Amino acid sequence: MSVAQETPVTATARRPHTPPRRNGRWSGYTHLLMARMLELKREPEVVFWVFVFPLLLALGLGIAFRNKPGDAASVAIVVGPGSQDEQALLARSPQHELFKVQTLTAAEAQKGFRLGKFDVVIEPDGHGNVEYRYDPARPESVLARTEVNDELQSAAGRKDVVATKTVTSSEPGSRYIDFLIPGLLGMNLMNSGMWGIGFALVDMRQRKLLKRYVGTPMRRGDFLLAIMSSRLLLMVIEIGLLLLFGVLFFHMRVVGSIFSIALLGGLGSLTFGGVGLLTASRAQKIESISGLINLVMMPMWIFSGVFFSYERFPQAIHPLIKALPLTALNDALRASILEGTPLLHQWARLLVLGLWGGISFLLALKWFRWT
Amino acid sequence: MPAAIQCRDLRKTYDGKVEAVRGLNLEIQSGECFGLLGPNGAGKTTTIEILEGLLTPTSGEVSILGKTWRENEREMREWLGISLQETRLSEKLSVRETIELFASFYREPRSSDEVMAQLELTEKADSWVGKLSGGQRQRLAVATALVCNPKILFLDEPTTGLDPQSRRQLWDIIRTFQRDGGTILLTTHYMDEAERLCDRLAVVDHGQIIAEGTPPELIERLGGHHVVEFSISGNSDGAALQAWRGLPSVESVREDDGLIALNVKQPHLTIPALLDAIDRQGSRLQHLTTRQASLEDVFVNLTGRHLREQ
Repeated sequence: MSVAQETPVTATARRPHTPPRRNGRWSGYTHLLMARMLELKREPEVVFWVFVFPLLLALGLGIAFRNKPGDAASVAIVVGPGSQDEQALLARSPQHELFKVQTLTAAEAQKGFRLGKFDVVIEPDGHGNVEYRYDPARPESVLARTEVNDELQSAAGRKDVVATKTVTSSEPGSRYIDFLIPGLLGMNLMNSGMWGIGFALVDMRQRKLLKRYVGTPMRRGDFLLAIMSSRLLLMVIEIGLLLLFGVLFFHMRVVGSIFSIALLGGLGSLTFGGVGLLTASRAQKIESISGLINLVMMPMWIFSGVFFSYERFPQAIHPLIKALPLTALNDALRASILEGTPLLHQWARLLVLGLWGGISFLLALKWFRWT
Repeated sequence: MPAAIQCRDLRKTYDGKVEAVRGLNLEIQSGECFGLLGPNGAGKTTTIEILEGLLTPTSGEVSILGKTWRENEREMREWLGISLQETRLSEKLSVRETIELFASFYREPRSSDEVMAQLELTEKADSWVGKLSGGQRQRLAVATALVCNPKILFLDEPTTGLDPQSRRQLWDIIRTFQRDGGTILLTTHYMDEAERLCDRLAVVDHGQIIAEGTPPELIERLGGHHVVEFSISGNSDGAALQAWRGLPSVESVREDDGLIALNVKQPHLTIPALLDAIDRQGSRLQHLTTRQASLEDVFVNLTGRHLREQ
């Protein structure tokens, strides 16, 4: 019978040629952190989603909602007797650059209005009177009607009885882009915390890599610490890039200190790292973790004031909204970046973040499944 | 000196219903290469993962070199090398980085260069894991186990899905490890692998050991070292099958894929009698071969199934 003797053994002898090296206490941690950073660097998708995507988003939204000089109302005048006069009146008005006027048939004007191309439609009756068609639900339509009416009336000779003076204000700090960039920062910290930790861990669990690590003397705490540390390192780059972009491209003014912004970023990263860890504590498949992550993030996308202020939601639910970690982070970032509010005055927001992060982290440690 | 690996009355029930391991006993001595042989789903992986301390048994006791997982986990991890059935290591790390990473977890690891040289991975040291062939990946998996200079090596289906050359390479690595005094526990569903590598084997089926011994002992238990396989014209039914049992020197009979297989002690006595019997029946011989009995025959005899089938 053939038992372990036929093939000649060719492999080289095994026992140490080189003296065994001794690893220190933190050797595992540093290697894990290094490996994680190398992996991230070599993953082009990560570079795109973490660094490039938020910049593109800021660029796109910043341009779409930039403060244009004279956000001209677009006005349609229906062709008919008297339409020439109205057009002439509007063109003569001192504020005429506020309007973009087109003259068309009733049907065309109707269609354009329905599609949102025109803010208001003017239909003269030929006897010096006009009919406005506007949509009270569209702010720009309401505004256009008022402005057009004012101009027509004053061009026709109405006198203002109160003398008024207006001052315009579009200082850096109060524009949409100034509101947007801290919101994007917060959202980005949430996204990369949830995906960078939650998704990555479930991926490793599905690949049985976690189980393989547990088969070594690796300290489990070191592993989690390394994952968290890699998030903090990325966070510094994320925040730096986006702020620099806002400053250079949109002339944003950063009022608060870089130190307090970085501190907030760190706290935000750790908070969402904890939430990501908790979300990932038991999921076995990347399909299920993707769903879970979206489920957790969705309310915050909507309510936490990333793209628009949560003041628009009913007052009654504001306490709930403010209890969400992203709301606390966004509010704190806005206060620090735009107004320079000291962190001490924001203790309530920091507490919300700390509680979310801390409780998630503790629960995650309890429930986390390595195999 | 305590046994390298010992377990008594090991049981594992998943979710209170699926009984993966049902009362399993093992004792493996230091320096042995021991194989758990069985079809997929027999409970091999569950057993080896319990022994590796990665799963807790529902009941039963495990000791590794006299120590138990509960009290000595961290110390035991220092001297166990593990290769799981299917670990997908990080694709974007190089071979060297991966080995260095695993080395960093141990107090006194071997040098990565030495391990790469031993497993013939030096050429691929700077290639990403994602670019490796199946055989190279498997060697890397074993490298991550050997880098800690283990006393015991656990290999769960180390050669499944590999080409013949890669399998031989791994066999050489395993033998070298054993020659230098290491203990190996491996699972496999390849008979030839078990026959070539293992000093002793346990055949596992439905979570229990159904036979244990050296490969020659197991084959000895068949009763005959030879197998005569033949087919004849016309159908053979169960009754006819038993008729062959009466031929001289035949120890057992079974039908297998249209062939009748006889376990035979002395083929030179059986074959002439067989030919006569076929003549008397008026049948015609369509096929006749003789060969040495293998572990596959042992398994089929024990379970009525082939290892490849489930």
